[in-house]
Amino acid sequence: MSTITGASVVDTVDQGGPPAGGGSTGRLGDRLMAGAAKGAGILVIGLVVLVGAFLLSRAAPALAANQANFVTTRVFSVDGGTLRFGIVDLLWVTVLSSVIAMALAVPVAIGVALFITQYAPRRLATPAAYLIDLLAAVPSIVYGLWGAKVLLQPYREHVQDPLAHALGWIPLFRSTSVSAGTILLVSIVLAIMILPIITALSREVFAQTPVAHKEGALALGATRWEMIRTAVLPFGRPGVISASMLGLGRALGETIAVTIILSTLPGGAPWSFSVFNGGETFASRIANNAAEFDTPAKTGAFIAAGLVLFLLTFAVNAVARIVIERRKAFTE
Amino acid sequence: MGKRIDVRDLNVYYGTFKAVEDVTMTIEPRSVTAFIGPSGCGKSTYLRTLNRMHEVVPGGRVEGYVGLDDQDLYASSVDPVAVRRTVGMVFQRPNPFPTMSIFDNVASGLRLNGVRNKKRLAEAVETSLRGANLWTEVKDRLDKPGAGLSGGQQQRLCIARAIAVEPQVLLMDEPCSALDPISTLAIEDLICQLKNRYTIVIVTHNMQQASRVSDRTAFFNLAATGKPGRLIEMDATQKIFSNPSERATEDYISGRFG
Amino acid sequence: MTALAPPERPTVVPAGLAKPSGRRSVTNLAATVLVTLAFVIAVVPLVWILWTVLSKGLTLLFDQQWWLNSQRGITSRREGGGAYHAILGTLLQAAVTALISVPIGVLTAIYLVEYGRGRLARAVSFMVDILTGIPSIVAALFIYALWVTTFGLDRVGVSVSFALVLLMVPVVVRSTEEMLKLVPNELREASYALGVPKWRTISSIVLPTAFSGIVTGVLLGLARVMGETAPLLILGPYSKSINTDLFHGFMAALPTMINQDRTEALQPAVERVWAAALTLVLLVMALNILGRVVAHFSSVRK
Repeated sequence: MSTITGASVVDTVDQGGPPAGGGSTGRLGDRLMAGAAKGAGILVIGLVVLVGAFLLSRAAPALAANQANFVTTRVFSVDGGTLRFGIVDLLWVTVLSSVIAMALAVPVAIGVALFITQYAPRRLATPAAYLIDLLAAVPSIVYGLWGAKVLLQPYREHVQDPLAHALGWIPLFRSTSVSAGTILLVSIVLAIMILPIITALSREVFAQTPVAHKEGALALGATRWEMIRTAVLPFGRPGVISASMLGLGRALGETIAVTIILSTLPGGAPWSFSVFNGGETFASRIANNAAEFDTPAKTGAFIAAGLVLFLLTFAVNAVARIVIERRKAFTE
Repeated sequence: MGKRIDVRDLNVYYGTFKAVEDVTMTIEPRSVTAFIGPSGCGKSTYLRTLNRMHEVVPGGRVEGYVGLDDQDLYASSVDPVAVRRTVGMVFQRPNPFPTMSIFDNVASGLRLNGVRNKKRLAEAVETSLRGANLWTEVKDRLDKPGAGLSGGQQQRLCIARAIAVEPQVLLMDEPCSALDPISTLAIEDLICQLKNRYTIVIVTHNMQQASRVSDRTAFFNLAATGKPGRLIEMDATQKIFSNPSERATEDYISGRFG
Repeated sequence: MTALAPPERPTVVPAGLAKPSGRRSVTNLAATVLVTLAFVIAVVPLVWILWTVLSKGLTLLFDQQWWLNSQRGITSRREGGGAYHAILGTLLQAAVTALISVPIGVLTAIYLVEYGRGRLARAVSFMVDILTGIPSIVAALFIYALWVTTFGLDRVGVSVSFALVLLMVPVVVRSTEEMLKLVPNELREASYALGVPKWRTISSIVLPTAFSGIVTGVLLGLARVMGETAPLLILGPYSKSINTDLFHGFMAALPTMINQDRTEALQPAVERVWAAALTLVLLVMALNILGRVVAHFSSVRK
């Protein structure tokens, strides 16, 4: 189906696509090609298994040597050979920034996708779509630079300070002493980064709404918005959910933009629920400490963090795929 | 209930391409009028101008007059959305909304028009389903998906949905061509009942159907491929099928072309 | 055909052909406005970023030195030097990545479309999905764990490429798959009917038909991996000098060149950071546009 959903021919069994065995003979050429193709497929499986296995095997000794509880500890310290590392802080910042990014990006993405597929005149639709796709072409390090050096000031002035002032009594918006990039700023930049992914897939499903249903709604005397609400949005819901999950996965794994923008906190910093706090995500912590990979034990600790990140993104992507699979079983 | 449609000098365009040329006709209230003619002669295109669905296609426009009981449907003060409420349509392939239950499907038009009262909705749904001869078959499963019915039932569901908003006119674009003969008969019986309350216009490929069901028939034809379609002859169904005035009509009826 | 007397029933819907109730019109208008606004909101950051990078980085790009020199001997307070070493590094690493990913990716796609049915094929498809979702830092960690920790090798240019391969293969697989699917079955059957064996059909008929689409996928995949920084942070430390050896020594790349000086406050360094950013953006955009141009000339369209 699409590069983005990842659904493929194999899943639409016997619904089109060339016959598998067809045309194959016992010839040498056929055996070679079939073997090479199959080999490549097995290589791919092997790679993924290898990734999982290696990460696990490198992380395990570090986890065993961990002096603290991996799941409940806030500190992530590998200094001087004693390992005391836990993921609480990292998990909080990673999930919080990604979820906010999703909350910001999904409504805008739906709006843009509707604009391109249902509202824009035909000739405008393709260049408009291309424009949004260009957002995906900007390298993440450039997003990081822009976020930290250009967006920071306007953000603090027009977003953070007013919010902290008006809603500071809510723990989520309490102001902190962090003077540079905060979680909310990172979330905003992440939202911009994942917007094109969510939009592209939503666009696809909205465009595939059967004309019969759209006309059915219009023929009942529905306005354009009512037609969208009756025919397009319900039809596109699984696709939008799936797209949002993929965007979430992307946000969870983003490294360099977060590393550049988000201020790191000193070792024993007190816990805060605030989005105006600094911190590190799994990815940025690993990136910030790439210089400390000198012993296998230390490396193992960071690999353990990477493993958690892998599991997180894997789970999110699995949900995305399941949602799309279920809809395929349900369509006529 | 059931208004008259007057059409004068109507030309239908897709952009600069003229699809249908110079149609003038009167569709009598509370009767069934059939449009027949070979494929591609513009019958469906013309039908869609009667509820302003033609303009949904990019480039679709008309020149000429279409009136509903002396009200100009294309006047600048008239909202196409309102026209479609008054002139309903049933399509060739049944298209119940897949994410809605049977009840919600029938009620969808009403809800769009702001009817919220549950009692009124329930009454209207039952009346419409009875009117479409579907009530006894679905009354115990109104909350099941609309797409779970058979083809013939789905089409009757779409008819119920269309009449739920109490249109004056019901347009039907080859409503039985995707159905089996038994369902077709059921729909034809339904049309005969409905014509007491609505003005019905039906486009059909099936001449026998036209002669069974309609009071008046209009025959459309193309001069040649690439040329616009025209109304060749319109008269009482009896006359069209036994003693047509035009040569082309007679040729089509007797199967010499089309 | 029995006649049905019209039953007594209150009119549920207002008659008349004027505009629908004010509320519905307003809602419809509001929806149109919001949706257009969403589009504008989406375009603003794009324009802003491009404007920022252009305005801050363009001047250096007009200097011939930028394209021909490295940063050897240049400190952050001195002007001069160029990005040749970084551009070269980025291109070299990308080339190696493509060299490895494209055969693997295309063959896998061929397997999925032309051969595979059943459990193995489903497993392969599933694994490609997992690869699609792997964060670049995890891919980099894996290569690090394999290359450095286990085999004890040094961090060199080719190790970066290996990490990028993990990221590029799924892109190539999925886009090639889409293209192969679009080739009409009738074409294959015509070939078989002429007595052409399957492997020949694939290589001489199917692949050429899908070719430009495959090329597009490769170019888009390249554009993506060239912008990746995480693997470079873990596996590709920066060097100021030119290095064309992928197997020895540190190799510069545009993202690490940017990363190196991003905390500097001195003007020459700051300017170079933005210029390098602009160079990277231009490179990636060029690939992107090239990919779409190639797609335009494809014989099989979506």
